[in-house]
Amino acid sequence: MALHRIIALWKKEVGQLLKDRRLLPIAFVAPVIQLTFLGFAASLDVKNIPIVLCDLDKSAESRTLVSSFTNSGYFTLSYSTEDYGDIQRYLDNNMVTMALVIPPSYGEKILRREQATIQIILDGSEGNSAAITMGYVNQVVMRLSTNILTEYLGGKVPAGRVDGEVRAWYNPALKSRNFMVPGVLVLILLVTATVLTAMAIVKEKEVGTLEQIMVTPIRPLEFMLGKLVPYTIIGFGDICVVLMVMVFGFGIAIKGSIVLLLTISGLFLLTTLGIGLFVSTISKTQQQAMMTVIFFIVMPMMYISGFVFPIENMPQPLQVISLGIPMRYFLVAIRSIILKGVGLSTLWPQALILLAMGASILVASTLRFRKKLD
Amino acid sequence: MTLSVLKRLWPIIKKEFRHIRRDKRVLAVLTLVPAALLLLNGYALNFDVTHIRTAVVDHDKSATSRDFIQSFVSSGYFDHVKNLRTSYEATRLLDNGEVRLVIVVPSGFSEKLLARETVDVQLLVDGMDASAATTIVGYAQAMVLQYSQRIILQAMSKIGRGSYIPVNYEMRMWYNPELKSARFLVPGLIAFILAITCVIATSLSIVKEKERNTIEQINVSPIHALDFIVGKLIPYALISLVAAALVLLAAYFLFDVVIKGSVLLLFFATLLFITAALSIGLFVSTVSDSQQVAFQIAAIVSIAPTIILSGFIFPIRSMPWWLQVLSNITPAKFYLVILRSIVLKGAGLSAFWEQGVYLLLYTTLFLGISTLRSRKTVG
Repeated sequence: MALHRIIALWKKEVGQLLKDRRLLPIAFVAPVIQLTFLGFAASLDVKNIPIVLCDLDKSAESRTLVSSFTNSGYFTLSYSTEDYGDIQRYLDNNMVTMALVIPPSYGEKILRREQATIQIILDGSEGNSAAITMGYVNQVVMRLSTNILTEYLGGKVPAGRVDGEVRAWYNPALKSRNFMVPGVLVLILLVTATVLTAMAIVKEKEVGTLEQIMVTPIRPLEFMLGKLVPYTIIGFGDICVVLMVMVFGFGIAIKGSIVLLLTISGLFLLTTLGIGLFVSTISKTQQQAMMTVIFFIVMPMMYISGFVFPIENMPQPLQVISLGIPMRYFLVAIRSIILKGVGLSTLWPQALILLAMGASILVASTLRFRKKLD
Repeated sequence: MTLSVLKRLWPIIKKEFRHIRRDKRVLAVLTLVPAALLLLNGYALNFDVTHIRTAVVDHDKSATSRDFIQSFVSSGYFDHVKNLRTSYEATRLLDNGEVRLVIVVPSGFSEKLLARETVDVQLLVDGMDASAATTIVGYAQAMVLQYSQRIILQAMSKIGRGSYIPVNYEMRMWYNPELKSARFLVPGLIAFILAITCVIATSLSIVKEKERNTIEQINVSPIHALDFIVGKLIPYALISLVAAALVLLAAYFLFDVVIKGSVLLLFFATLLFITAALSIGLFVSTVSDSQQVAFQIAAIVSIAPTIILSGFIFPIRSMPWWLQVLSNITPAKFYLVILRSIVLKGAGLSAFWEQGVYLLLYTTLFLGISTLRSRKTVG
């Protein structure tokens, strides 16, 4: 290995990067745009659920029921109808996601101290939102029941009651944005580093310059380092830019140590560069490389790394597979550092695993790369 | 006339098909991976929260407090993994993610209940994953409410009043009664796959000709620039249609997702969306000189909006207003409404004609811009 040859390669690579007037700006601007969009859009919060009311009773009691729904803060009364058959139209056209039907005898039954049953119709197509909505309905109805019972007993409560006082740690307002934004950072890093590296190497194959380079004294290892280092720098640049957007744009402060954050990001970058290199050894065209990365690496990682969907809920085989995904450990580490402010004493297993994975992926792909060339 | 057009286009279509066929992996990716992704979607995309790891700080240590905690455990949602002596220990457990919920029962819990007072029980939840935390809080609050209700009912029957629950509710879940995520995600997945194949694959394949300078060879040949582009797009449109069909088939066999509405409508809507996506792909190819750039631009203008802004995973309703406005830039948003209406709700044209018209306008606009641009750059 000779340093001067590697430096010559860096010069060439940087020159190429600079020559393509669009590539560099995009490599830095794209992550910012993606983060901004994802950060604002990636909200799984279920608020202001629009409902259509079908009050067939119109009594004081039914009005109390309706206001206990609207006062809960979860529901917004968007439409009212007196025709039960009309509900379908509202749900079919996505005007509401829930219908509240109060039967004609509701008020009477409440006054006669009998159990009254109301009907809730939910649009189940968004399974997650529907499940959360179900929980809200349950809370509202139970609270109302307890109030009616207390009232019935003339305020003389025959028993005490328990209230839950919720404290959400690390994220008091329970904004899903705080969870998603660090995740998006990881995703961006994964996509940019892997795709750009793989494409940069395959491009030389495609255009035929790889063979020209190989007849020069440059060794495969030197060539590889020459390719990887510029992209490592771009990757780190991306991390810094995205972190700035996160802190200043979204107001999500980094509670833990920034040095630790950057170190662990560096470890993760090792794995992504290694994967990019590996993909380049099995691809002939840039199109192929890009598709391989997106479909075989990014998509599966996105799904089973815990990026959006909790790993605990997955079936056992998927949970086992997710153990082999570097992104999983990086996600835990980065979220814990940013949101919880924990240090290496808690995160050393993640750091160690990432280091081991990064080193082995990089070594394996280097060997493969050399074999392919020789 | 159409025949002569087809005759002119045929060699180009054949050439592009040959390219794709020779590249076995791209072909496999375009056709088989979508079905595999669906599989992942169906099993991995699950927001349900069960087996919530829970620690308990019981300052009361009475039969009543144990009974209260038991009501959490027997609900099946909470796994009682640890007993703690102080709330301080809770910090460590929440920090390293060992538990997601800590229930703190204050001392004097049972006495206060006997004295008919209200007791506050602390529920410390790991808020990092806000979505899961919301669900956990919901379950925990429900448990607390249920417990309160139970002791009121017990007290009522003790003093000889009939115990009953005043308001009951009957829940009906429409369109997707078992709340299967797969059902909701299939349409989104189709849109996503089409966006990738149409936008990225086409833009890369056109830019590739630029990169290798083969486009100049074509320019000096008698082939018209427009013919060349249309000829290149058609194979990708066909492949995308096949991919969409495969996803629907896989959804049917794996997750029992049946198309409730008209298949013919679905076909035309898909064709419309493919045209829209191809026009974006074409546009991307006119503004980029290398495949790396084309990929990056395509990712910004198509993949990202399709995942983020279309309502595929994240409900548009929960977005800030300016993003809701901005979400109109992605045709996937409209295609998704149409797809979900047809596949899940079985609704007819009247439910989504506006979206159809929008897609049509969108396609015309983009196709117009990129044709003008490509004439300038290619021709």
